[in-house]
Amino acid sequence: MNPFSLRNFSILAALVLIAGYAMVFFYAPQDVEGFIQKIFYLHVPLAIVALIGFVVAAIHSIRHLRTGDPKHDARSYVSIHLSIIFGVAVLITGGIWAKAQWGVWWVWDEPTLVSFLIVFLLYCTYYPLRYAIEDRERQARYASVFAITAGAFVPLNFMAVRLADPFIHPRTFSSAGGLPGEMAITFLVCIIGVAMLWVALIRYELASKMTQGRIARLRRALDEDAGPAPRSRIAPQPEPGSTGA
Amino acid sequence: MNAFRAILAKDLRVELRTFEALPAMALFALTSFVLFRFGLDQETLEGNLAAGVLLATVLFASLLAVNRIFLAEAEQGGFDAIRLAPIDGTALYLAKASALVIFLFCLELIALPAFSILFRVGLEGLAATLLVLLLADLGIAAVGALVAAIATNSRARDLIAPLLLLPLLVPVMIGAAGAAAPLLAESGPAFGDAWRWLAVLAVYDVIFIVIGYAVYDFLLED
Repeated sequence: MNPFSLRNFSILAALVLIAGYAMVFFYAPQDVEGFIQKIFYLHVPLAIVALIGFVVAAIHSIRHLRTGDPKHDARSYVSIHLSIIFGVAVLITGGIWAKAQWGVWWVWDEPTLVSFLIVFLLYCTYYPLRYAIEDRERQARYASVFAITAGAFVPLNFMAVRLADPFIHPRTFSSAGGLPGEMAITFLVCIIGVAMLWVALIRYELASKMTQGRIARLRRALDEDAGPAPRSRIAPQPEPGSTGA
Repeated sequence: MNAFRAILAKDLRVELRTFEALPAMALFALTSFVLFRFGLDQETLEGNLAAGVLLATVLFASLLAVNRIFLAEAEQGGFDAIRLAPIDGTALYLAKASALVIFLFCLELIALPAFSILFRVGLEGLAATLLVLLLADLGIAAVGALVAAIATNSRARDLIAPLLLLPLLVPVMIGAAGAAAPLLAESGPAFGDAWRWLAVLAVYDVIFIVIGYAVYDFLLED
C-alpha cells in the first residue's frame, strides 16, 4: 500500500486536521484574549500556506519557462487557484478575529493584514490576464511570467508594508517561537494539517484536469462527428500524433 | 547595446514628432490636481496629504504612458520585426523602460511646479522630492515595461495593464510617499528617516529590473 497515493494522503490529511483542531479545543490553554483567540489556529496557518502556495506557483512557473512542459504550467495554475481560495478564507477569518478583538472588521494599521490584501488583489488579476490571451501556448508563457513577477512581489510587499507601520500597536504574536509550549505544538500540528489539505486539494484538481483532458481525447478519437468535445482550458493535452513543444 | 540605443532613439523621436503621450500625461496631472482640490476641499497641502496627492497623480499618469509604450509595435507589426531581428528581448526591455523613465521625468518636471503653484507647496521641498520621484520612476518603468508587454499581446489591453500595474506599484507608493511626506512638511523640508524609504524603493527597483531582464525573452517568443 503506497502511503502517498492520493486516497491515503487525503485520509492522512483529514486525520492530522482533526487531531490539530481537537488539540486546539482540548489541549491548548486558553489565552488572555479568551476563546476568540482559537481562530488563530485557523487564520494563521491558512495565510502562511496560501503565501507559500504563491511562491510554489512561481517555482513551477520558472520550471515551465525553462522546460516548456505544460505540466508545470498546470501545476502553477492550480497552486495559484487554491491559494486564492485559501486567501478568501484568510480575509474572512481575519475580519472575524479583528471584529472580536478590536470591534471593527478591518484595520488599516495591521501591516500583515494590509499586505495580504494587496497580494490577494494582485493574484486576482491572474484570471483576467490569463483568459485575455487566446493562443494557448502564449497564455501559458505569459501566465508564468506573471506568476514569477508576483512571486517576487510577495516578500517585497510584506517588507514595504511592515516598514510603513511604526510598530505602535502591540502584536499578539511576533512569531510562533514566542508561543508557550502547548500552543506552539498545537499550532505546528494545525499548520501541517492545513498544508497537507492544500497539497491534497492540488492533487485532486490536477487529477481532475488530467482526466478531463484524457476523456476529451478519447471522445474525439471515438467519434469525430460528435462536434468539438469540451476541453479543459489548461490541462496539458498533447494532440495525438503531434510532437510536444 | 546598439539595438538598445536604436529602439530608445526611435521611441523618443516618435514622441517628439507626434507629441501624443507627454502632453496627455501633463494635462491628466493638472486635471487630477484640480479634482483633488475639490475632492479634498483643501487649498493648500502639506506633509502626508501632499505626498499622497502627488504620488497618486504620478502613478495614474504613468498608466497612460504604459498603455501607449507598445502601441506602435502592436499596431504596425513592430513586434514581428523585433522578433526577426537578431537582438534579444533584454535590449527591447531596457529601451522601453528607459523611455518610460524619460517620459515620467519630463512629466514630473511639468507637474511639480504646477503642484507648487496650485497648492502653495515650497519649491525647495519639491526639488528634493524630484530625486525621490526619480527612484520611484525607475520602479514604475521596470514594472511598467514588463506589464505593457504582457498586456499588449492580450485581448483586453487597456484593461489588463492597469489591473496588473496598480497592485504591483503599491510598494512604490508606500516608499515614495513615505520619503516625500517629511520633505513636503509645512515647516519646510525635513529629511527624517527618508533613507529607510529610499532603501525600499531601491530594493524594489533592483528586483524588478532583474526580473524584467530575466523573463522578457519569453514574452517575445512566438
